[in-house]
Amino acid sequence: MLKELFHFLIYPGFLFLAIAGGFLSWFDRKVTAMLQFRKGPPVLQPFFDFLKLLLVKETILPAKGSRITFLLAPVFSLFGATVAGILIFLPLLNIKTGFAGDLIVIFYLLAIPSLAFMIGAMASGNPLASVGASREMKLMMSYELTFLLVIAGIIMKANMNIGLYDILNTQKETGAFIGSISGVLLFIATVFCVQAQLGLVPFDMAEAETEINHGSFIEYSGSVYAIVKLTKYIMLFILPAFVVTVFMGGLSWEGINILWSVLKILSVVLLITLIRNTNPRVKIKQAMRYFFIWMNLLVIIAIILIIFGL
Amino acid sequence: MLKLGFKSYIFKKSLWLFHFGGASCNNCDIEILDCLTPRYDVERFGMLLVGSVRHADVLLISGSINQKDKVRLLEIYKQAPKPILVVAIGACSCTGGIFAEGNVFAGPVDKIIPVDAYIPGCPPKPEAILAGIFKLLKKK
Ligand code: SF4
Repeated sequence: MLKELFHFLIYPGFLFLAIAGGFLSWFDRKVTAMLQFRKGPPVLQPFFDFLKLLLVKETILPAKGSRITFLLAPVFSLFGATVAGILIFLPLLNIKTGFAGDLIVIFYLLAIPSLAFMIGAMASGNPLASVGASREMKLMMSYELTFLLVIAGIIMKANMNIGLYDILNTQKETGAFIGSISGVLLFIATVFCVQAQLGLVPFDMAEAETEINHGSFIEYSGSVYAIVKLTKYIMLFILPAFVVTVFMGGLSWEGINILWSVLKILSVVLLITLIRNTNPRVKIKQAMRYFFIWMNLLVIIAIILIIFGL
Repeated sequence: MLKLGFKSYIFKKSLWLFHFGGASCNNCDIEILDCLTPRYDVERFGMLLVGSVRHADVLLISGSINQKDKVRLLEIYKQAPKPILVVAIGACSCTGGIFAEGNVFAGPVDKIIPVDAYIPGCPPKPEAILAGIFKLLKKK
């Protein structure tokens, strides 16, 4: 019992995810700064931001709108992200506990943060937040289908197994999924889904700072916004980890492999950061068309290739 | 305002800026944006420009405040989560500058809300803006 609690709260649970996510968030900002020939923030910056919001700033509740929903939405999003993270990391670090999640559970848990942000934005009673929420909803509708198709493709590649342990074992036997043509196509689609799920450019229309002033998060302040930030840090860690699990053969923590594991995660984050820094924000209509037509087409081609064993 | 050492340390390490442009001639606004460019890069001190006043720690005010701006400035100040620092940038917001005699002028910023730092100049150089913010940090 104590061991399970340790796994859920400390390693690889909440604390580990939060700290690693914070460092990845710094990495993302530093790379962005370097691409723009700037110096960038210090390493501890994400933690300063979080602690400042949590401890120093005042929390303002909206006068109109539902306060309880407004306050609870970030808590739910944090919960969803953490549980999804734990279910991804238990197989990834090869820790055996009683409960093992599978791809379908993770798929639904990963949708919780976006959903909760949407509900919180709707509850804040701010018109710009509603615009953000409606965009978030449309974006979700477009990328979730692609993501589901990707998951179908992964399951087919893993000989119809849906457990993450089985997927990792299959990759150990046959090589990482990214080594085949269909794997590469699925990987491309997944990276764009991850981009949309994290709400980064080109799919950041839900919180467009320059256009609708942080959209969904416009009314959040103080400790509630700190929880939102923490959720974002965790998401920035677990989604690349998920990509590494299902495409790159997972991680291992023995000897020189530690370096490899860290490099795998960092390279996926680097890819995401590069995409975000070299693209403009697209309109929601364009994003929907992009996912509905092009990404779905890509994944369907990949699935056909899988059937032919490529 | 900030008594505990740890809290004020954290606060100083992560200041998020919100820019309120009054009836500015736009030069001060451009100089503020200059601070974010690669040459000056305030992000290395943890400062970020945010779009919503709910996330702001520092209210940068540029330009003269006229009768219509006054109402909005008060509204923005009330909406900001405390503690909030107010910095008046440019001669216009410090004293009124060349608009001080105008008939729609509603007084320099410190007649409307409490100001923590003044950065004079028309417009102040980005170096002056950075220096002003650092003096403010040392004062607390
Ligand atoms: S202080 Fe000078 S540069 Fe700045 S807004 Fe006023 S007139 Fe323009």
